Amino acid sequence: MVVEMTQTSKLIEGRTGSWEIVLGLEIHAQVASHAKLFSGAAVGFGAGPNEQVSLVDAAMPGMLPVINRHCVEQAVRAGLGLNAKINLWSRFDRKNYFYPDLPQGYQISQFKDPIVGEGEVEVERDDGTTFIVGVERLHLEQDAGKSIHDLDPNWTYVDLNRAGTALMEIVSKPDMRSSDEAASYVKKIRTILRYLGACDGDMEKGNLRADVNVSVRRPGAELGTRCEIKNVNSYRYIQQAIEYEARRQIEIIEDGGAIHQETRLFDPGKLETRSMRSKEEAHDYRYFPDPDLLPLELDPAWVKAIQDSLPELPDPKRKRFQSQYGLSHYDAGVLVADQARAAFFEIAAEGRDAKLVANWTVNNLLGRLAENGGDIETSPIPPQDIAGLVKLIEDGVISSKIAKEVFDHMWAGEGTPAQVVEKFGLVQITDTGAIEAAIDKIMAANPDKVEAAKDKPQAIGWFVGQVMRDTGGKANPAAVNEILKTKLGL
Amino acid sequence: MSALTKLTLKAAIDGLKSKAFSAVEITKAHIDAIEAARGLNAFVLETPDQALTMAKASDERLARGEGGDLEGAPLGIKDLFCTQGVRSTAASKILGNFIPTYESTVTSKLWGQGAVMLGKLNLDEFAMGSSNETSAFGPVINPWRRAGETTALTPGGSSGGSAAATAADLCLAATATDTGGSIRQPAAFTGTVGIKPTYGRCSRWGIVAFASSLDQAGPIAKTVEDAAIMLRAMSGHDAKDSTSLPVDVPDFASFVGRSVKGLRIGVPKEYRVDGMPPEIEKLWADGIAWLKDAGCDIVEVSLPHTKYALPAYYIVAPAEASSNLARYDGMRYGLRAGGPSLTDVYEQSRAQGFGEEVKRRILIGTYVLSAGYYDAYYLKAQKVRRRIADDFDQAWQTCDALLTPTAPSAAFGLGERSDDPIAMYLNDIFTVTTNLAGLPGLSLPAGLDAQGLPLGLQLIGRALDEGTLFSLAGALEKAAGFTAKADKWW
Repeated sequence: MVVEMTQTSKLIEGRTGSWEIVLGLEIHAQVASHAKLFSGAAVGFGAGPNEQVSLVDAAMPGMLPVINRHCVEQAVRAGLGLNAKINLWSRFDRKNYFYPDLPQGYQISQFKDPIVGEGEVEVERDDGTTFIVGVERLHLEQDAGKSIHDLDPNWTYVDLNRAGTALMEIVSKPDMRSSDEAASYVKKIRTILRYLGACDGDMEKGNLRADVNVSVRRPGAELGTRCEIKNVNSYRYIQQAIEYEARRQIEIIEDGGAIHQETRLFDPGKLETRSMRSKEEAHDYRYFPDPDLLPLELDPAWVKAIQDSLPELPDPKRKRFQSQYGLSHYDAGVLVADQARAAFFEIAAEGRDAKLVANWTVNNLLGRLAENGGDIETSPIPPQDIAGLVKLIEDGVISSKIAKEVFDHMWAGEGTPAQVVEKFGLVQITDTGAIEAAIDKIMAANPDKVEAAKDKPQAIGWFVGQVMRDTGGKANPAAVNEILKTKLGL
Repeated sequence: MSALTKLTLKAAIDGLKSKAFSAVEITKAHIDAIEAARGLNAFVLETPDQALTMAKASDERLARGEGGDLEGAPLGIKDLFCTQGVRSTAASKILGNFIPTYESTVTSKLWGQGAVMLGKLNLDEFAMGSSNETSAFGPVINPWRRAGETTALTPGGSSGGSAAATAADLCLAATATDTGGSIRQPAAFTGTVGIKPTYGRCSRWGIVAFASSLDQAGPIAKTVEDAAIMLRAMSGHDAKDSTSLPVDVPDFASFVGRSVKGLRIGVPKEYRVDGMPPEIEKLWADGIAWLKDAGCDIVEVSLPHTKYALPAYYIVAPAEASSNLARYDGMRYGLRAGGPSLTDVYEQSRAQGFGEEVKRRILIGTYVLSAGYYDAYYLKAQKVRRRIADDFDQAWQTCDALLTPTAPSAAFGLGERSDDPIAMYLNDIFTVTTNLAGLPGLSLPAGLDAQGLPLGLQLIGRALDEGTLFSLAGALEKAAGFTAKADKWW
């Protein structure tokens, strides 16, 4: 067994030496489902306040929960996607506490016997290296409603539309060592869940959010006391919250203090975390098995059928892109990070030079989309046109340089690659006669350069540039080189 | 018209079918009887207008030769069942004037068979009590009195209204619920027949929850056959209750009158408790003799964990109740009291809304589920529960049903035990075991004590074997020849 040594690059320096951050995450992902976990009420974004509330959600007397089979299936899919153990016997517990947005006075969750047990996820760092994050468990639970405190100075409003919506809570092991790693892990989980269709991963709508457990220690020392930062809902906030919290803990310890286990909140405005409640103030949730629900027993054949229906997941897809299309690790990674990107690429690469297609997709198209705050779904250029562009290059109709110009016209919505080339007269000159004429003209005008090139063959580059300039970049560079070499006697 | 209220349910249904009298006539007779019996405090809400409307509709159906199994039969409904458009209180101030927008599954089934609702019946608050004294509407008075006395006696609880109304001929039969004996003990105290069916026979949907894993609906009726007719109409699988059993409903009445020859009757020695009145001992011996005469084999059996049943019950039931009653928080319906702060509203609403016994059980339940106590109390009680179920499984090796007294005493005076919760809890000593094990239990009147008060015998059967209980109860009813009625003093 290889023990991964603490990477010194991940350590942070305090006044008294280096510190290592230890991070574990609890990701709450809203299950993609049209109905709630136990009530059958509709789930959807944009409904008016309290329009998606059933008698069960409002905890009317005598109402009973009935499990939504689809949500269970989604949890199983997620579990399989995380390479985790599916527990064929699991159970729902009640987590008891009072709050106006929790009508029952308890949240139905899974405490002791979750539907999914241990698993693991391979995560890529930005530099292309990978690390493994252990998954402790995944369980199903109800979301609470929303308390709205800022509509009125004296009153709190409650919207129960979200109450009872199904969540998957994915609990990681404390396997991350930097804010970048934590963000990469969340991205990976999000990608997997989106591939599976188990969660739409829309962080802006709060459909995917994380509780971050942060502690610090001297490299190699025992785990320190952790603080939990609740409900962080963007990659950037996750990183900022961790950076702040780690610094805060280091300062306290270096000043001779001790960390007390507590729950904290991240304030994105002030970029700081602050105490929400200490361990002593923590609720006693009085968990016990929900007597309104039977234990959840899964048929192994049903689980197998779900397993067989899973789509190709990001890791195998990346490996396939590398082997089947010969893509670089980086390009393959960028393309599989999103199912739509990968699908776009595969349509464009059909019958084309795949590496060239990947290059155009990753560097030009995704780059341009990112500059404009979009992703592949908002691309003005369909995959067929990227394929068309690459075909024109392959066929020598245009040069790579011209292709950039064609791409700009495509981006502007001025037509397919063929139409753009036609419309703007961007066809590459492969007629050797025309190229020879251009070269003769330049040689005649620059006898000194011709002379010099005989001693210094690198000077050929200057002639190539001149030919390109005179032909508006349309001359085939290979043909230009060939003819120049002959004429200059190189 | 008073003769119509004295009919059994069976005789009334037959009379209605043969058009000997109309549904309106028999309903009016009951409405008059209810009005005349307000001193019993059996009803918390009379619904005469609704009753007459339903009766008219029944008459129209009967005139067309249509109609369900209970067509035109006027019934009382325990006010733990939510009834659409009709105030439903659980006899608690905290529900205030709560008017459900939905109908419980059990009452829906009754109306579906043509039954007529006379009104809502009094009970112990949230069904927590054995004397009906915890009701926010004040106690029900037992129609029975000790010979030569006017002392007000309890009709038992929690279904005291159901039992008293049936015994006093205010309804042909009534719905009731039983969590630890709440159908059987009141039936025994009022000379009526009550059955708590197998857990899962009747849907709990729309019944205000007390302790979900123990609560079961069942009827209180004048005869064994009437109870069988009622239970059939109340039973059946309901997809809205996850604990409802997906099994067919037999024609229970067809079991009444069947031979019981060769059935093996277990007499559990642990039910011979100290201080049991000799009259109850004698009644039990009579019951054994009657069944022997009917051809049954009597076997002594042991249920060794019986002595732990009551303590286990008073952990499990309050634990579930403490969570089930969390929804009464003053936020969405029912009583809301208190000042500007959230905590104040919670505290004041619940302090003013719940009675003393309910508060006591919420406190006990909260305590036994608390961190550090859960294992010692709740978990231990669940283990005891398992042992008690195992005891019964063991007993079924040698017998087909058990015969025991229903309660350790006859009806006692109001106020006699209300200062001593433990003495009150002891009322359930013979009945809680079947709730803990989920088994059916039936109580029928079998004799009078020296003071002229009715006493009940209890039959306990295998899960889903209510049929055998009805056969045995039919044989006992015949042998006991119990025909006594309370002298009308109200």
